[in-house]
Amino acid sequence: MFYREAGDFKTSYLSDSQTFPIRFDRFRYYAVLAVAFGVIPFLINDYWASAVFVPFLIYAIAAIGLNILTGYCGQVSLGTGGFMAVGAYSVYKLMTAFPDVNILIHVVLAGMITAAVGALFGLPSLRIKGFYLAVATLAAQFFLVWLFNKVPWFYNYSASGQISAPERTLFGVALTGPNTDASVKYLVCLGFVVVLAWVARNLTRGTVGRSWMAIRDMDIAAEIIGVNPLRAKLTAFAVSSFFVGIAGALFFAVYLGAVEVGEAFGIQKSFLILFMVIIGGLGSIFGSFAGAAFLVLLPVLLKNVLVGGLGWPTDLAAHLELMVVGALIIFFLIAEPHGLAQLWRIAKEKLRLWPFPH
Amino acid sequence: MTDQFLYAIEVMINGLMAGVLYSLVALGFVLIFKASGIFNYAQGVMALFAALTLVGLQKGQIPFAHLINAMFGTDIHYFGWELPAILAIALTAGVMVVLAILIERFILKYLVNQEPIILFMATIGLAYFLEGLGDVMWGSDIKTLDVGLPQGASLWAEQATSGLGSENFYGFFIDKLDIAAALTAAALVISLTLFSQYSKQGRALRAVADDHQAALSVGVSLRFIWVLVWSIAGIVALVAGIMWGAKSGVQFSLSLIALKALPVLMLGGFTSIPGAIVGGLIIGVGEKLFEFTIGPMIGGATENWFAYVLALVFLVFRPQGLFGEKIIERV
Repeated sequence: MFYREAGDFKTSYLSDSQTFPIRFDRFRYYAVLAVAFGVIPFLINDYWASAVFVPFLIYAIAAIGLNILTGYCGQVSLGTGGFMAVGAYSVYKLMTAFPDVNILIHVVLAGMITAAVGALFGLPSLRIKGFYLAVATLAAQFFLVWLFNKVPWFYNYSASGQISAPERTLFGVALTGPNTDASVKYLVCLGFVVVLAWVARNLTRGTVGRSWMAIRDMDIAAEIIGVNPLRAKLTAFAVSSFFVGIAGALFFAVYLGAVEVGEAFGIQKSFLILFMVIIGGLGSIFGSFAGAAFLVLLPVLLKNVLVGGLGWPTDLAAHLELMVVGALIIFFLIAEPHGLAQLWRIAKEKLRLWPFPH
Repeated sequence: MTDQFLYAIEVMINGLMAGVLYSLVALGFVLIFKASGIFNYAQGVMALFAALTLVGLQKGQIPFAHLINAMFGTDIHYFGWELPAILAIALTAGVMVVLAILIERFILKYLVNQEPIILFMATIGLAYFLEGLGDVMWGSDIKTLDVGLPQGASLWAEQATSGLGSENFYGFFIDKLDIAAALTAAALVISLTLFSQYSKQGRALRAVADDHQAALSVGVSLRFIWVLVWSIAGIVALVAGIMWGAKSGVQFSLSLIALKALPVLMLGGFTSIPGAIVGGLIIGVGEKLFEFTIGPMIGGATENWFAYVLALVFLVFRPQGLFGEKIIERV
């Protein structure tokens, strides 16, 4: 009834090609942004920020990054954790080497460094395809984690081998370090998410995105119709790693403040983000958000129910949580292999026709 | 012969033994990948689950004891009997077969004709589930596994080689367990080859591996073959679980051997059983020798990534692995 194209007349090419062609979608988008920027920062406390909102936003960036590579360009990567580590260690080195430069610039630079590293590890993708490539990206994962563990220069020769973010401020407000306010952490991450999601959305529906999708659907056919596979694959790796690197930088500098590389950026993280992408929906920006929200909220919910509600020991709850997550992943794949984004799409189709069935 | 050279040979032999163990895990991957095109990430966790079940049955642990205790406030842990190793192994093999049937019934049946990545994800989900299930059923503490395999250094190998070097050289150190593992692996590969070449089911299995639809059209039951393949993979996982479990205890890290088997697969090719064996040996020797020669110069612990980088470099020159089927692409 209210969710219709009808009556929403487009009078320019610009308005015809906008991201949200339906008026209701546009209003919903602005409403979500208004709540995210105008309401939540005033209500948020430390628990909600560190348990739900900040990890959700950071994982959403990483999931968008991986979705560009896997969902849009069809190159399965299991090296996400390693690339996040590159982002984290780059921002750490930059922060400590150039303390006067603004931290936000450092985060973007860290993303660029990660993009370069990602493109380097993307080179074999021109020869290696499918599962062979997925396993090959594990080389990046293990090599990078080992590198950051073994070369003391990366962690500034600290005794513990950890890196910890010093305090950096913007307009006198601490953005990193132990004294950062919950709402500030949230706003920094939210800002990056909004800008990056906008960039990703517009990249994927432009020339670059179309060449990625052509490569995904069949790389040989794409090559024949004039898509340069070298350029398409390497840009996909670079852009994807840029997003993942920024996620890693924020994960370290804003969210955790101190990390140990094997623990924070291990192989488990790669799988977690891949799950987000698959459960959310391959080749969908909205899906990346949905998948990230699902996998951040699920453990929090389960923990609250099992440990808080039933009073079971935490180790038992952790094991049951593994079982539930595993079973849910299988259930989702069977029920809807194209992820939450597909459910959303179906719901919108139904809504267009509502209240009529056909 | 100089001592340094002898040490290198010793490292190489130990690498070969480690390689055999990698091959054992890789074998399970290859079997399933050939027969169903599924890249079964859960293979490592299946090994862990099998080893946990074996220890649990042998020690007479009550399954789900922690869960029952937490739910009903009881305090039960053991039945109070101990099973002989052979019986426990047979029972565990039975459990793995049941597991294969359940996997087919509840997961694979619904995912026929899905994209490979979806199936891969499903097996990761399965890996999570099995990991949780194993811990909930048998507890997550580190267990020792003892099924009567010989352990300790092989005195015979030590004495036979002690005269080769100078006075400071005491002969090769080779674990008896590694020799047992190598023999078991050899027996396993031979029996699997015989099974797939000469038995009726084995031929059906190869037919499915060749072409699903053609096999279906001549009356091979796809579902039965899948159960069969997953059962075999489960039993291979059990053997791998016993070997690794006897070597380093039954604990979570056992499931990580799956990650060590992946480069083996890449190197040997996903579709080749001999490839899994040769790949395992190359990786085993390669990573031990690299750690021995280059490792000390760049900080050690290179075993984590060397296998992957080796496989990666190798694949750039031969994208289908050593023995994999040639990849032919058509538009």
